[in-house]
Amino acid sequence: MNRRSLVSIGVVTLAVAVLVSSAAAGQAPSAAPKAASAAKAYTPPRTPDGQPDLQGFWTNSTYVPLERPKDVTKEFYTPAEAEEAIKRAAAREAEQTEPGTTADVHYDFSQFGLDRSQSTIARSLRTSLVVDPPEGRIPLVNAEGQKRAQALAAARKARGGPYDAVENMPIGSRCIIMGGSGPPLMNAGYNANYQIVQAPGYVMILTEMIHDVRIIPLDGRPQPPQNVRQWTGISRGRWEGNTLVVETTNFNGRNAFRGASENVKVTERFSRVADDMIDYKFTVEDPATWDRSWTAEAPLAKTGGPIFEFACHETNYGIANILAGARAEEKAAAEQALKKGSN
Amino acid sequence: MRNRCLTTGNVVAAASAGLLLLATLAAAQAPAYRAPRAPDGKPNLNGIWQAMNTAHWDIEAHSSAPSPARELGAAGAVPAGLGVVEGGSIPYTPEALAKRNENRANRLKLDPEVKCYLPGVPRATYMPYPFQIIQSQKHVMMVHEYAGALRTIYMTEQTEAPADSWMGWSNGRWEGETLVVDTKGFNDLSWFDRAGNFHSDALHVVERFTARSPDTLNYEVTIEDPKVFTRPWKMSMPLYRRVEPNAQIMELRCVEFVEDLLYGHLRKQPK
Repeated sequence: MNRRSLVSIGVVTLAVAVLVSSAAAGQAPSAAPKAASAAKAYTPPRTPDGQPDLQGFWTNSTYVPLERPKDVTKEFYTPAEAEEAIKRAAAREAEQTEPGTTADVHYDFSQFGLDRSQSTIARSLRTSLVVDPPEGRIPLVNAEGQKRAQALAAARKARGGPYDAVENMPIGSRCIIMGGSGPPLMNAGYNANYQIVQAPGYVMILTEMIHDVRIIPLDGRPQPPQNVRQWTGISRGRWEGNTLVVETTNFNGRNAFRGASENVKVTERFSRVADDMIDYKFTVEDPATWDRSWTAEAPLAKTGGPIFEFACHETNYGIANILAGARAEEKAAAEQALKKGSN
Repeated sequence: MRNRCLTTGNVVAAASAGLLLLATLAAAQAPAYRAPRAPDGKPNLNGIWQAMNTAHWDIEAHSSAPSPARELGAAGAVPAGLGVVEGGSIPYTPEALAKRNENRANRLKLDPEVKCYLPGVPRATYMPYPFQIIQSQKHVMMVHEYAGALRTIYMTEQTEAPADSWMGWSNGRWEGETLVVDTKGFNDLSWFDRAGNFHSDALHVVERFTARSPDTLNYEVTIEDPKVFTRPWKMSMPLYRRVEPNAQIMELRCVEFVEDLLYGHLRKQPK
């Protein structure tokens, strides 16, 4: 009951929010030059200690793909084309909500508001989130990156089947960290919600999936030693005018963003360009994977809070059931083989 | 029975004497200190804080004991502590006390901390890890190193808990120098310490955070849970600022550390 009403409240709030962002999209229809001049015109509010105020609940949920589809050659859609692209993507997403299909078994996305069409989306006319290289696609992985990917794949294979042991399963299924936890902030498909809170000397970013918090110090302290490594790296921030610039290194390389190495450096830039929009850009530099850096833009749209606790590991019955299921299947197969042998 | 009462009586008397002394000290100090102000004029509690006591082992008074895990030897020994519960012992109902004792006897199997589960409140505050307060006008965040546990304290838009959770649903207010946090909406799965002290989903926690010097806070907690306790009770302790210039909340993403413990029996090739 509780859950149901929560969901409906969410949907109502989000419906309103979608209207708001449609209105915003209507205002900024076209294009980078205009958006840039709008950014100059807007003066963000300040926190009591004088930082540009980025606080609130935000989402980067979007139907714009990270990389430009191969059959699209332009950087921006017209508003009508963008609507069409959203409709097409939403239709693809809706396929997994078709009752009675196997895709419907895991989650009923439509019922619980998990598909993007039911929540605020950060609208943009861009045809890809990647803005540099200008063709809108991530540079090809270089020889060193390919070699590393092959070695990782071989190591994975050597560990056995995907359900042989818990460590062979994906880290998201294990509730260790989700692919989109970042940095950079990448929408996770659903629950792509963030909360930003600022205090003197710090910016905190909470990623709903799965209660991941980054506390970014702004005091210019140095990066810790190279041997200290974390899943989400270690972030240091500074204000450049009204833009929050966050540099992150010291990754452990195990939640590798698009195949990056542990030595990747991610630089994020947050600029509030409207009451309901943060312009969010990130640049990925990793000579061990790409011969050039690349940059993407994935705006954050204001959305309704609050963010509820995501206790993923605590009720991760799925992982135990999957492993137990695999053992039961092996046992049944062994018994079957024994029977055949004795016949 | 008689013996038990006597013992309890002694503990209460001793603890009361101790408390009286503490209370006198606190009374002597408290009015003297006024916290620096945050930019919005409220007492500034921003910072990285940590308890320095043995409440994470047992919030009640306890003797030292060997490590619960034999292999750790003295490295895992339980240090003695004089307890943080006002009055000395927790007023359990008889049934609840039996359950606490059962929890304690099976703590390696049952303690949510062993499984890297979210710690609940107030346990998160006095675990042997730092937490950071990030104080804004609308939200006060408490971000804990252990398991990345997180609390959002709603200062302005206050609502009822939409559903039960591990860390509860916290509404906060300023009472003079004190941040008062009222938390409900807990599930019945978290514990108070490693000694099996527990609560039900009727738990109601009221915490009071008050600066007592530039680098220490007074932390007082009132616990109410009519399903488990015969009356409300309190605990209190100081919290200390982590003053190292490079102090920061690091990752203790412990899920991976407990997977073999939780799912190891489901391996294809037993280790």
